[in-house]
Amino acid sequence: MTRHFLNARLIDPADGYDGPGAVRVEDGLIAEVVRGASPDAPGVEDALDCGGAALAPGIVDMRVFAGEPGAQHRESFRTAGASAAAGGVTTFAAEPDTSPCLDDPALVQFALTRAREAARVNVHVMGALTRGLEGARMSEHKFLLDAGAIALSDGGRAVASSKVLRACMTYARGLDALVVCTTQDPELSAGTCATAGETASRLGLPAAPAIAERMALERDLALAETSGCRYHAALLSTAGALAPLTRAREAGLDVSGAVSIHHLTLSEDDIAEYPTFFKLTPPLRAEEDRRAMVAAAATGAIDIVCSSHNPQDEEVKRLPFEEAAAGAVGLETFLPACLRLYHAGQLSLPQLFERASAAPARRLGLPCGRLTPGAPADLVLFDPDAPFTLDRETLRSKSKNTPFDRQRMRGRVLGTWVGGARVFGG
Amino acid sequence: MFAHRHLLGIAPLSPRDIADILDLSERYVDLNRQGAKRANVLDGRTQINLFFENSTRTMTSFEIAGKRLGADVMNMNVPTSSVKKGETLIDTAMTLNAMRPDLLIVRHQSSGAAALLAQKVNCAVLNAGDGRHEHPTQALLDALTIRRRKGRLDGLIVAICGDIANSRVARSNIPALLKMGARVRVVAPPTLLPGGIERFGVEAFTDMERGLEGCDVVMTLRIQNERLTDAAIPSVREYYDRYGLTREKLAAAKPDAVVMHPGPMNRGVEIDEDIADDPDRSAIQEQVEMGVAVRMAILDLLARNAPTGGEEGERGGDPEERTMREEAS
Repeated sequence: MTRHFLNARLIDPADGYDGPGAVRVEDGLIAEVVRGASPDAPGVEDALDCGGAALAPGIVDMRVFAGEPGAQHRESFRTAGASAAAGGVTTFAAEPDTSPCLDDPALVQFALTRAREAARVNVHVMGALTRGLEGARMSEHKFLLDAGAIALSDGGRAVASSKVLRACMTYARGLDALVVCTTQDPELSAGTCATAGETASRLGLPAAPAIAERMALERDLALAETSGCRYHAALLSTAGALAPLTRAREAGLDVSGAVSIHHLTLSEDDIAEYPTFFKLTPPLRAEEDRRAMVAAAATGAIDIVCSSHNPQDEEVKRLPFEEAAAGAVGLETFLPACLRLYHAGQLSLPQLFERASAAPARRLGLPCGRLTPGAPADLVLFDPDAPFTLDRETLRSKSKNTPFDRQRMRGRVLGTWVGGARVFGG
Repeated sequence: MFAHRHLLGIAPLSPRDIADILDLSERYVDLNRQGAKRANVLDGRTQINLFFENSTRTMTSFEIAGKRLGADVMNMNVPTSSVKKGETLIDTAMTLNAMRPDLLIVRHQSSGAAALLAQKVNCAVLNAGDGRHEHPTQALLDALTIRRRKGRLDGLIVAICGDIANSRVARSNIPALLKMGARVRVVAPPTLLPGGIERFGVEAFTDMERGLEGCDVVMTLRIQNERLTDAAIPSVREYYDRYGLTREKLAAAKPDAVVMHPGPMNRGVEIDEDIADDPDRSAIQEQVEMGVAVRMAILDLLARNAPTGGEEGERGGDPEERTMREEAS
């Protein structure tokens, strides 16, 4: 099957191209990319006139909680998939902190089977780094990888024991596996819901110092150095984490770091009225941290942007801030939220798609995230300027806990294709 | 005129609001000192004291205040255990809301709980302490006590000493005193000073003598045993040695400096018995008396702004609707 995308504004993260062009798709793969004015092609079958809208490789989201198994009241692969498609996300990696958690090869296979039945986008899963995500005993890394796990992670939990993490990284090194870690010092963070500083003090919220992140990251990087393991810091959010990450990369370690779109667009200035939809882990940071993270995403000091999609039902959010569950849905608002950075002049569109598509695809060893012949035809067509006001009730996720409710956004996804098949729009 | 529907904290109040509350409180002080202590401004009103955290003193103060004004007062102690069983703060509030109270007095262990309630119910909500956030009636009664002792608030130097980091009393007193023109110092070990304190408009001290130098008022706060387990202080005796209010340390303050404490006191920990019970220096018993008068004034003012029936459509369509939905399900 052939499809032509004509009169598009191509966004190619590989070389930063942002200009007119056309794409021909054949049998689920990109067959040809033409830059410049699109040919008049009256005879072309199955042509789509993009009308100057932006066409980019679909977003690859490295941090998504998809609800299955065990939390289908919050999310399912079907609804996460629909949200992803509507947000321009064509591939995501699901977290292992489900119930039961994905620490058994049969569970990894089960999750992948369910995902492939129910979701219309590409879904990968991470296997548990330790059994029960308890940070005490190594899980069966090889079996999990053989079952299809794309990386190993304890999800939202940091491995407290340096001894266990060292063993896990050393073992995973032998399998060339990617180890993905949460970097918040568990003791400093226990029982807290905000970042220590003026805002938390005024609100009277229990808070962890921002250095809880840098401390955990520095330990992890030291272990990555001694083990030689491929390491990814799943969610960084503070300025203090940037220097250690850059130093480690300059020393030649195979390490990467991601920031969530929420930590790029929101700060603790937003929590003055205790809005529980803004309660996240890690917590929202000072405005200076947010700016530092945006600058790092622009320079590449932070390689990857993710949604950190974390659906929570109303019941656990309609509680006092301290007691409410942390997390925000982010799949469907991923692109419009990213476009805030574009409209603010902070990142170009090719830069955005480098961080949100090309870099995560490379990190996970996937062939997508490219606008080149031979790559899968995972594409997103969007109008970066179209304004709208978000109504959380219209979100496709089972949970509606978005911090962007009733906010004015710019940027609408017009269509999403996975392997050449349209999964959203039209 | 006082235009607030709720009293959730000191932060939203203007200096004028605070002065009005204190002026009205003075009238209730006079009333409370008479034999017949009854006013009828809350006749027919229902006041519920909803306490998720035990506090006999504060609840009693609110109960007496409501009763002296003629309200029907109901006390509800919600032990944490039943909340853990699944009944949430909002569920409890909705149920009570359906019984149509006029005034809801709330104490809760989580910061922001009173504000959350206020969004969900139709009646006036009065924050009687939410987590580490605010305890506005305490700050108002402290302001009244100081004003009566010193004749003014403007220009006074007030030192608040002790566990500032975990204290809702400090978080209400700081803005209240600053709004009324006082200079505020906080004195605590560095582990008990909250982050960003330098941006609160106060001077922070870690040395007690220096912090008390030239003060008109010294307020000490209760130190909790948890501060030992969370490693914020090494021991009670070292804390007493460095921060316990003794006559020697108090000598740094002005000779007529007033000593205050929100209670309950740990004598021999944050304050010496000898000072706490000295009527010339200590205003601690007076604070308790002022507490009733200030709470009467607040209840009176809030009841004036509370819906009088027949206007709930305008007041709170949303909470009504939710209540009905919950009853249906």
